[in-house]
Parts: sequence; structure tokens; C-alpha cells
Amino acid sequence: MGLLSNKNTGSETNPINYQKAALVNFPGSIEIPNEETIINCIHCGMCLSVCPTYQLTGMEKSSPRGRIRLIKIVAEGNLDLTPNFIDEMDFCLDCQACQTVCPAGVKFGQLVEASRDQIANVGKDPQHFRKRFFFRFIFPSHARLKIIAAMLRLYQKFLQKILRKIGFFHLLPKKLGRMDQLAPKISDKFSDKILKEDMRPKGEIKYRVGFLKGCLMNVMFADINKDTVDVLLENDCEVIMPKNQVCCGSLAAHNGDFKSAKSLAKKNIIAFLAHDLDAIVINSAGCSAFMKEYGELLQDDPEYSDKAKELSAKVKDVHEFLVEIDFKQPKFPVQKKITYHDACHLAHSQQITDEPRRILQAIPGLEIVELNESTMCCGSAGIYNMVRYDDSMKLLKRKVDNIVDTQAEVVIAANPGCAGQIEYGLRNREIDIKVMNPMTLLKMSYGLPPAGETE
Amino acid sequence: MNTNVMNRLQSIVGKNNIYSSQEDRIAYSYDGTPVLEALPDAAVRAHSVEEISQILKLANETGFSVIPRGSGTGLSGGSIPTKDSVILLMNHWDKIVEIDRENLTALVQPGVITADLHHAVEKVGLFYPPDPGSMTICTIGGNVAENAGGLRGLKYGVTKNYVMGIEAVLANGDIVKLGGKNVKDVSGYNLKDFLVGSEGTIAIFTQILLKLIPKPKAQKTMLAYFQNMTNAAQTVSDIIAAHIIPATLEFLDQTTIQCVEDFAGIGLPKNIGALLLIEVDGHPAQVEDETKQIIPIANKNGASEVKIASTEKEADDLKTARRSAFAALARAKPTTILEDATVPRSQLAPMVDKIQNIAEKYQIRMGVFGHAGDGNLHPTALTDERDSDEMHRVEQAFEEIFREALELGGTLTGEHGVGLAKKRYLEEWSSSGQKELMQKLKRALDPNNVLNPGKIFDVQF
Repeated sequence: MGLLSNKNTGSETNPINYQKAALVNFPGSIEIPNEETIINCIHCGMCLSVCPTYQLTGMEKSSPRGRIRLIKIVAEGNLDLTPNFIDEMDFCLDCQACQTVCPAGVKFGQLVEASRDQIANVGKDPQHFRKRFFFRFIFPSHARLKIIAAMLRLYQKFLQKILRKIGFFHLLPKKLGRMDQLAPKISDKFSDKILKEDMRPKGEIKYRVGFLKGCLMNVMFADINKDTVDVLLENDCEVIMPKNQVCCGSLAAHNGDFKSAKSLAKKNIIAFLAHDLDAIVINSAGCSAFMKEYGELLQDDPEYSDKAKELSAKVKDVHEFLVEIDFKQPKFPVQKKITYHDACHLAHSQQITDEPRRILQAIPGLEIVELNESTMCCGSAGIYNMVRYDDSMKLLKRKVDNIVDTQAEVVIAANPGCAGQIEYGLRNREIDIKVMNPMTLLKMSYGLPPAGETE
Repeated sequence: MNTNVMNRLQSIVGKNNIYSSQEDRIAYSYDGTPVLEALPDAAVRAHSVEEISQILKLANETGFSVIPRGSGTGLSGGSIPTKDSVILLMNHWDKIVEIDRENLTALVQPGVITADLHHAVEKVGLFYPPDPGSMTICTIGGNVAENAGGLRGLKYGVTKNYVMGIEAVLANGDIVKLGGKNVKDVSGYNLKDFLVGSEGTIAIFTQILLKLIPKPKAQKTMLAYFQNMTNAAQTVSDIIAAHIIPATLEFLDQTTIQCVEDFAGIGLPKNIGALLLIEVDGHPAQVEDETKQIIPIANKNGASEVKIASTEKEADDLKTARRSAFAALARAKPTTILEDATVPRSQLAPMVDKIQNIAEKYQIRMGVFGHAGDGNLHPTALTDERDSDEMHRVEQAFEEIFREALELGGTLTGEHGVGLAKKRYLEEWSSSGQKELMQKLKRALDPNNVLNPGKIFDVQF
């Protein structure tokens, strides 16, 4: 008997002997991006305390530690891609809160994305067709996305009210009715219509920055794109918005479609590196987080690996960028009581929590109340709220409850997915709290007119 | 486990409270202990004391084992499954039943997270001192079962000093209530203290009554940097000798400092040999006075710098960073084997020297940190479970560390428990009659050996 090996736990233990027989049709193992990402997990359990899905179920298999163990057993070839396993990979929000608290530095996001990739590759994803439709057909093409958005806008303007009034959605399957509600309002004008390809500040140019218009930001939050660009101009930046830019690819990659993600990444590398830029500034957290990973995504691509690294090094979240350049101090008071929600892709993927708060604190007149569990996912998580509606709504309820407790009149969300989701939660419960973006408030405090009034 | 037994289990807890899928069994095959793993037959959730009692009666009748599990953060293998076992999940027993502000007690269910209890009682100006490293997720039930310690053990003691009463189900299914709100109570044997630290082998806790104290009005957190461990250890001895008992007096060696800084990024210098994290608390005047005394003591022992945290957040960040030490060491090597050999506090400096010599002798990379103030050390081997030769040397090194600790009047484990991980050392080195008495008690109270069998020691029936 000894201290360390499994055999030494006494005669009473049940050594693990996985049933190989069940694996006759084993379709191939998960390709772990880097073995250290799994073996560094010492199963201490610190991640359980911040995992939204573990909070929901209290089940170990729904925790990061449990999922890592399951992935490890699958990767070793001792467990098939079972329906339970697939469901657990799908249940995970990929919010990466676990990475923030992991002392050992395990890159959980990479593990779950690799698993989803494998699940998709062997055709076992139950949401396969819905996801492929979004990630291979809609998002890769700004043109197609805009056509759909324009249709949705027409619908929201004219048809939605009437249909809601006559109770049309009660006639539809529940899921379709929800899609109507979940979609944030489509902007009257898309931001690539309002904004030009090259925009210059009034005075001397200090920085030359690229701007990613984003998929959702462009069609649903065009005003916030305008606000962001105005803030950058006010800070002496020349803003370049390359016409040939495409979706960043993050939604595809997070759902295991690396093929689409890589092809989109290459197009963006071409579009942005064509300009001599000091930084590429992004106001959508999921996009900035993912574009910072282009270097890793394309590291094995002989043609693109260096360029990908070059681009990733330039990517900045807009709050991060403004704090780095010591942004112009705003002067005009904005009298509001606000609270700040941390987007997962800012707080957990990029460790950006101080910068947005510093910008808000600089605005005179704002009363800022800290939000309880501010870094817990709101349940939006890409298209999670569409594909796992019930789980998403449980998390949204918890988020909205916390927001209501602050008694703030405005909740600040610096990411389009979160903003849409929280808006939906508040609207559904008829709570009179507004959702706003830090850039909108900063612009107000610079004394610039709101986006809608400048055209 | 045969279908018949499974059906009977199901009729006790209901179909939705039995988890026997391969995925669930894998997820309950481990806890926080390195290397140990085994598959249970199933995991179950009970929702009443009565259900737990029935499960244990069934276990006695049909011969399966019951392994209680909170959040699975234990470091001695206490909730590792054994042969023919069912994991009894307790993490959903998470209600704080009552905070009694007149009697200064908290009545909690065993699944309450330790940090959640801290927040709840601190909101009303009260204080529950035990703060194990895993407090953001570990449960009170697990803390009581292992008699967990923490960073504040030096001044405030450990879990056993705060348990006033326990409601529990014994191995045969009997329900007992031990202790209560009386500060003084000598009506018979002090039985609740026998359950504290029983590592799940005697009873399943269903309610725990805890003592609270008023929250200290002020606190100050300091960091002192040293060129070597010996100077840091001497500072600890001198602080105690000056009759100052800080709430926290923790030390980290260079390897640990480097890994912690890589994780936390709070600006710790990576080139220093050791650091002390010191926190004094109490009345503001006392805190001020003790801080003034500690700084020259550190300086006299060659501290290169003594820093005082300027905000509460800075102090919290420092303590959180210290709590991450164990897992952060995994950054250096994939397998971290953590022990908690403990010596009387006067023997701290010699013990630290011995650990360093032993690590050198066996060519093991060792990170050393721990609760310097109470002599509770955490020598942590940084190794790789895939390297069997090195793993063998690690085992030899720890054996020697334990022997040295015992020779200095110390003990095998200060706060993690014996479980499976240190069972064989207990066989060799338990004090006179201790193991035999424990075995007698176990035989008497659990004659069919159904509760967490084979943990702490083996028993012949």
C-alpha cells in the first residue's frame, strides 16, 4: 500500500475499468488543443462557485470540473460521444467564468469548443441544422444578414403590433412566438449606412484606428456604433471602417464550426491589414475577444499565421483602448443612477472589468451602484437563448432580480448580446429600467447630440 | 448493485433523485485529492432526514456503502467512492435556517457554502472565523466532517471551536440531536465533538449549530518580503514571542510566490525568497498598536520591504491570492501533491529547513506555503503523475517529511484529514491506543461498515 496510486486506496475501492465494449462504434476522439489544458486541472473545485450551470443544477457533471473530466475520458477513448455528454457540452454557456477563477490556468473554453467541433464533425449535434444555417449561411454574409434584418425591421414596424394584438403568436408553436420577442429592435438605419469608410476628427489626428461594425451591432445597435465612432473622433482618432470586413467568426467557433471561423478570420485579416492602423477598436465583446485569438486560431496556417498574430496584437476593446490613450475627460453632467453588468467576453475572456467602470466614473453626475453577481452570465451567450431557451431564462431571471435590487434607473451593458437579452428580460416583466451602452453615456457627457439627431 | 436494491433505493428517494448514468458516475469518481479515483454505483439525493435514515437502513440490510459528499473539495480522499458504494449528495441541503443574534449562533444545513455563511452573518455584524482555502465552494458539512482549519486558525481556532450542536443520522439509521445553544452543557459525554472530524465514517450530518462571535471592528493586512525562509520563520517566532496573535500569519516560498503571481497578477516580486502575509484585527487602537510593533520585528529579521494594504479590496486580493496557492502551483507542473504536516509553532523554522533538505535529497521540486502562525505547513510536490519514477521519489520524500514532523512533536495532518491519502501513515504512527479506540467506536456504531468504509483506518469485523 502506498500514498499515491489508485491501487493503494485500500481493498475496498472500485478501480475504474471503463467498458471498452461500448465503444465499438467510437467515432474518433476529441482533439485536445493542448494536452496541458486538461492535465493542469487538479480538480480543486474552485470553478464550481462561479459556474452558472452548476448553480442551476448542483450536479457535478454540469460543472467545469465535471465537464473537464468527461472530456478527458472521451479523449482517452473510454467514453463514447453519448447523448448525455453532448447535452453537457451544449448546456455549457462557454461564459468562461471558470477561467477567471482557475488558479491553475486551465483554458476551459478551448476544451469545450474542441468537444463541440468533434460533436459537429461526426454529425451528432441535435441542433446541427439550425446552427449551420446561422453560421454558414447568415452570419458569414453581411449582405444576407442585412436582408433578413431589413425584413425583420419591416415586420417589427408594421406587422408585429397587429399580430401581437390579435394574439397571432398563441397560434404558433411556442418557440416561434419566442423568437419574435427575443429579437432586439432592428435599427432604422444600419450603421454602415450612417458611417463612412474613412472618418476624420476635427483637429489633429493622433491615432488611426480600424473599426469593426459587427453583425448584430450593425443592424440592431447602429446608434451605439455611431456613438462609439463619435467618441473615438472626439479623442482625435481617424476611424477606418473597411468595406470588405466580415463577421468575426466567434459565434461559429464557439459552437464548434472552426471551418467557417477560419475562413472569416482570413477575410478580416485581408480587410484590416490593408490599412496602416494603430489599433483595431471593437465595441462588441465577443468579437474583440475572438479576434484577439486569431493568432491561435490560424497558428498552423503557413500563409496566415504571422498576419493573424499581427492583427490580434492590434485588437482592442473600445474601453481598453480609451483608458490606454488616457481618454478625454467628459464635462457635462449626466444625472442618472446606474449599475454595470460585466459581459462574459469582457470580464472572463479579456479580464476587462476596471476600464468600463473607470470610464463611467469619469462622467460627472452618474451615481454608480455595484451589481450583485455582476460577472455572472445573463444567459444570452451567442445563440444560447434561442437554442436553450429555458436554461437561458433561469439565468436571465437571476440577472434581472439582481438589477432590480440595485434600484438603478439604467443598467449598462457593453455588449450587444447582453443588451438584447437584458432588455428582453426587463420588457417581459414590465420593469422600467433602461439598458444603455457606456459609449452613449460618454458621448452625452462630451456634450455631443444623441445618435438619432445627427443625421 | 443489483436491480432490486436500486429499485428499493428509488422507492425511498424517487426516480429523479438517483443518478446512475455513466456520465454521473464519472463525475462523482473524484474529489479534490490528487490521483485518487474510483467509480460509484450511483449518486443519490435525499430530501429529508427520514429518507437518509431509510437509505442507511437499506445499506445495512443489503450491503452497499454510503459515501457523503458536499462539494467534493476534500484533500484526503474522504468522498472518493469505495466498492459497491452510493454517493450521498448533500450540496443541495443549503439553507441557513436561523441566525440567532441574541445567542450568537447560526443553525445551518450541511450543504451551506462556507463563504455564503460568512456573508450572511457579517451582514448583521457577526463573524464565523473558519475560512478554509476552498471557502467559496466547500460546505459546512464537509468542514465539520474534516474539522477544517484555514487562514484565521492562529487566533480564532478551527471548525471544532465553533460547533455547538449537530443533528445527524447514525450508520444504523438512528436520528440523534447532540449539543445545543447552551454555552455550558455537561449533561453527559461531549458527543458532538466526537462527530467533528469523523470524516463521514460515523454519521451523516443533517443540521449544524455554529457559534458566532462579534465581527472585529478593524483589521490591517500587511505583506513582508524576505530573502529566505529562515528569516521569515524567525519573524513568525518573534511576533508570537512579543505576545501578538495575528488573525492570519501565512508564509509563501519563492516557487509559490511565482505561481500565485502568474495567476493573480497583484504585483508580488518574483525574485524574493519568501513572504509573510500578516493580518491583525480587533479594536482599532489594538490593531494600530500591533501593526506598529510588527513592522520593526520584520525589519530586524532582514525584511526587504513591509507593505500595508491601503484598501479593503487590496487586502482581499492578497488573501484570495494566498488561498489560490495550492491550485496555482499546478501552473509549474501538472500534478500537485499537497500535504499538511503540522508541528508545534516553535518548531516551524527547523521543519522548513528539513523540508528543503528532503526535497533536495530526492530531487523533487517542492513549493512550500502554509499557516506559519500555527505550524501548519503545506509542502507541495510539483510533479507529473505520468512520471512513475518521480512519483515514487515524491512518496519517499513525503514519508520522510512525516517522520521528521512527528519527531518534532508534530502530527500527520493539521486540517485535511486522514481519509485514504494518509491512512497508511496513521497505521504506523498513531499515538498509543488512539487507533484501537477509534476502531472500537467504529465497530460499535457501524457494525456492518456501511458509512464511508476504509477511510482513516481499516477495521476487521
